[in-house]
Amino acid sequence: MLEALTLPFMQRALIAGLMVAFLASYYGVFVVQRGLGFLGNGLAHAAFGGVALGLLLGREPLMIAVPFTVAVSIAIIWVRHRTTLASDTVIGVFFAVSMAAGIIFLSLKKEYSADAFSYLFGSILAITDTDLKVSAGVVLLALLAQPLWGRWAYATFDRELAISDRVPVVLDEYLLGVLLSVTVVVAVKVVGIVLISAFLVIPAAAARLVVRRFATMTWLSILFGMSSAAFGLWGSYQLDLPSGATIVILQALIFLACLGILTLTRAIAAGRGKA
Amino acid sequence: MHAVHTHNLSLFLGESQALADISCCVREGEFVAILGPNGAGKSTFLKVLLGVLEPSSGNVLVFEKKPREVDPAWIGYVPQAKTLDRNFPALATELVVTGLHRTWRRRISAADRTAALSALEMVGASHLADRPLSALSGGELQRIYLARSLARKPRLILLDEPATGIDTVGETDFYRLLARYRNEQNATILMITHNQEVASAHADRVMVLNRRLLGFGTPQETMCDECLQSAYGPAHHPLHLTDLRAGSHA
Ligand SMILES: Nc1ncnc2c1ncn2[C@@H]1O[C@H](COP(=O)(O)OP(=O)(O)OP(=O)(O)O)[C@@H](O)[C@H]1O
Ligand SMILES: [Mg+2]
Repeated sequence: MLEALTLPFMQRALIAGLMVAFLASYYGVFVVQRGLGFLGNGLAHAAFGGVALGLLLGREPLMIAVPFTVAVSIAIIWVRHRTTLASDTVIGVFFAVSMAAGIIFLSLKKEYSADAFSYLFGSILAITDTDLKVSAGVVLLALLAQPLWGRWAYATFDRELAISDRVPVVLDEYLLGVLLSVTVVVAVKVVGIVLISAFLVIPAAAARLVVRRFATMTWLSILFGMSSAAFGLWGSYQLDLPSGATIVILQALIFLACLGILTLTRAIAAGRGKA
Repeated sequence: MHAVHTHNLSLFLGESQALADISCCVREGEFVAILGPNGAGKSTFLKVLLGVLEPSSGNVLVFEKKPREVDPAWIGYVPQAKTLDRNFPALATELVVTGLHRTWRRRISAADRTAALSALEMVGASHLADRPLSALSGGELQRIYLARSLARKPRLILLDEPATGIDTVGETDFYRLLARYRNEQNATILMITHNQEVASAHADRVMVLNRRLLGFGTPQETMCDECLQSAYGPAHHPLHLTDLRAGSHA
């Protein structure tokens, strides 16, 4: 049953999957609590624009996708700060534009590009050592930025209180936007553009259902994210299913279980109230 | 020393002018109540003192420094009860601890917990310490915010309609607590309220605001009809239409 782990491509997939899951479920707690679930989707489609541009230019797509996605997220936050438009409206605009640009880039490329599909739906077979190194770098960045958790949590709770206590919230919003963009891009190969936002949203949302503290939510989200990645990859190998989709189904099962726990504890509390 | 000193302070929010030419001085240790109709710029004024909003023109000094240069530990702020984010997973104690550390803490140390509990005790909310925010009533949450602002032992307390939702017994206790804290620490208090009786009973001076500073003096001086009319206009007193226009569209 563990013989899959002796295969080099599976080893790479597992390491990449765990790193991506860690990143997405860590940043996911801020995404979920700030009501930015749609941002994951928007950035994923920005990544699609970047990947398509990379394919068109014949360069390593992810190397083009990183600056492209970072630029889009900076633009989203910039417009958000300067207008009264709601976040999802601004994201909606950039999301559509990046997607449109991506489609045009792909159509300009004359040869058939099967590659595009592996980016849309993820392909663990395509994970290279370079991908692993880049992911490891992004994980390192997340760990270095980890002392900012408290600041981010404070501003997530109440932006204005955080400003009054001299938290540089505007800077932090850009920082978080950039880190999220990079995370989304490194997740592309494992998860696929279509499903990335699930990695950001579902583990954190599941954790939110069963915790009373943000710190616990953070740990639990990481635990849910990483375990569903590990088991999902293994399951996808055993059952010959696409990796990203299998992981997302596992995340959804965890979410359902948490929902069950929540319903049950409420029912028990209500029962006690009646007794 | 002046706790607050503003000179010709003006502030535009978008296209509308929220504050116009406000010049005032508040001495250290004073209790000032701020009165004014909805949309008068009262909350905006406190946010300028906090350093959250930058004035468009004029000067503002808090303890003789620019607001952003003041040590935030000196200022305790209770924001206006808005649609508070109850969706954030947190226990009441954790919110109080942000008053001590000015950041969100992963863990609550024993010392922090003791300090938070004593702040909660002051506002009569120690029984709420371990409740999640989502399980608090509006008035209960307001008390937690009060505890949070006092936990850091501020020299200047900025209160934006702090008694909103607090029951009458609680309100009496609250003003008693403020008075005691002020005497012990020589703290300065600026409190926005819509309650004129509260303002005249507890404040040394009353500031009447409606974009402009329409009156600033002892309760006897400012709570005269003329001054209040100029701020609130004919809704209260059918006469003096001209004063209203002068006040709100200045
Ligand atoms: N973000 C904003 N952008 C533009 N205008 C704003 C903004 N926030 C507030 N205003 C305007 O500024 C003015 C002052 O608002 P402020 O919240 O300071 O009033 P207030 O005196 O505290 O009123 P209330 O008694 O209702 O709390 C109002 O006219 C309001 O419409
Ligand atoms: Mg207000």
